[in-house]
Amino acid sequence: MSILVVAENSNKEIKSSTLNSINAASKINDDIHLVVIGNQCEEVAKKAALIEKVKKVIHIDDPQYENIIAESIAPIIVSLSDKYTHILAPASTFGKNLMPRVAALLDLSQISDVIRIENEDTFVRPIYAGNAFATVQSTENKKIITIRPTSFDPAYSEGGNANIEKVSFNADQSLVEFIGREESKSERPELGTARIVISGGRGLQSAENFSMIIEIADKLNAAVGASRAAVDAGYVSNDYQVGQTGKVVVPDLYIAIGISGAIQHLAGMKESKVIVAINKDEEAPIFNVADYGLHADLFEVLPQLSAELDKLNTIQK
Amino acid sequence: MKILVAVKRVIDYNVQIRIKTDGSGVETENVKMSMNPPDENAVEEALRIKEAGKAEEIIIVSIGEEKSKETIRTALAMGADRGIFVSTPANIEPINVAKILQKIVEKENPSIVLMGKQAIDDDCNQTGQMLSALLGWSQGTFISKIEVGDSSISITREIDEGLEKLKLNLPSIITCDLRLNEPRYASLPNIMKAKKKPIEDLTKEDLGVDITPRIKQLQVEEPPKREKGIMVKDVAELVQKLKNEAKVI
Repeated sequence: MSILVVAENSNKEIKSSTLNSINAASKINDDIHLVVIGNQCEEVAKKAALIEKVKKVIHIDDPQYENIIAESIAPIIVSLSDKYTHILAPASTFGKNLMPRVAALLDLSQISDVIRIENEDTFVRPIYAGNAFATVQSTENKKIITIRPTSFDPAYSEGGNANIEKVSFNADQSLVEFIGREESKSERPELGTARIVISGGRGLQSAENFSMIIEIADKLNAAVGASRAAVDAGYVSNDYQVGQTGKVVVPDLYIAIGISGAIQHLAGMKESKVIVAINKDEEAPIFNVADYGLHADLFEVLPQLSAELDKLNTIQK
Repeated sequence: MKILVAVKRVIDYNVQIRIKTDGSGVETENVKMSMNPPDENAVEEALRIKEAGKAEEIIIVSIGEEKSKETIRTALAMGADRGIFVSTPANIEPINVAKILQKIVEKENPSIVLMGKQAIDDDCNQTGQMLSALLGWSQGTFISKIEVGDSSISITREIDEGLEKLKLNLPSIITCDLRLNEPRYASLPNIMKAKKKPIEDLTKEDLGVDITPRIKQLQVEEPPKREKGIMVKDVAELVQKLKNEAKVI
């Protein structure tokens, strides 16, 4: 039997979370099939066939799948499900929206947000915002799983030579009408995959002050994040949010500026390799997870940090 | 139209959880419990839809141990009309919650079912999508904006890339993001009034649902602890440490 991975793609490229999910799948079984659904996504299917560890690509290409609607896509996955012991997708908003629907249509449970695979039926997943890890064992003969992308290395995008099988499927489109999508565009690295992330919290006090974070991010070629408090206060939009209900990031360096470190924020960043916290409250819980803490007023620190980084860049040049 | 709101009783979000010493789970005895935070947003949104004259009745459902009735009572105090309590062991799996909700939906015929996008205890993020699949209804997940029309509902979803706007044909399942609204506090008179509002008691046998667990929880443990870091005295020292010690810049 084989494993099916549902590719997250933009009709132009495969999202990196798919590569992490393929690598996770390879810890269960070698015979990995990838299903690519979209509109005019021929190039995506071709690239998918080159990913290491992928043995077969199932390609479904139709104008009706230009925008992915869970109600339309779930029956496709169900129709393919017979041949597979495990069906995996990334625990992104794409996978979170889709996979429980697939599970329920098959009368199966789902194991969400898996961070470690013990064996074919036993998995580790975070609960309580990552404050506990649960080891769970599925008793079902088919497993529906979402994978936390940052917990698995990506599969190499080259080295594979899979067959592409084209399949057509007509979905019921009567339930939902797609109106539009507002994607946040940025020149900076993506929050989910950046090597360095610098985040601001309520300590910044205003949207104008938040620009100081952005200035430093540009000097470090870092992605910009924010705590929920900063997002709720309107300093930045919600796609910047790091935390239990936002994005989970695992960069080499995470710099938290004016963030107290609420449980729900820590859930999104405490696996980062190196954590720096700058806060004027000595008791702030963020210092408990920080490798380097600086107890100081951020409005004094940020201009100094900017100047120090300029010196550093001069040295590097 | 009727609106059904599903709410869950969870450990309060401000509580630092304790793992049982035998690793069998998380301690819930003598711990402050509250309504799951995004479920509060779901209750609030239902109230706003009713106050805008677009709904006549708001029914609150909670599934679990007897004390879940307190959570229903909280929602009734916020302004909902009546409650349904389904007695089960604590923390049954989302697929089984969805099956119970399916039976209640078939009985009550609401046009919209609202709930939080995720419970902050098991962090599963499944129930709404599963219920939607079982009923064959449209689903709107991670919703930060709702406009209710006559036969459809326009929603804004919070997705990884930004925002997505959809028009869903009713009936529909909506799972709410924390950003949807600011839940109200119950006033004292409303808390008193809520005590008189009816809560119907049901069992899984009444509904004819099999809730046999399919997933065994083998162990719950603390995540690995980070080693204690150091405090630096100024920015210059910080930058030097990051460059020469941690080698990350």
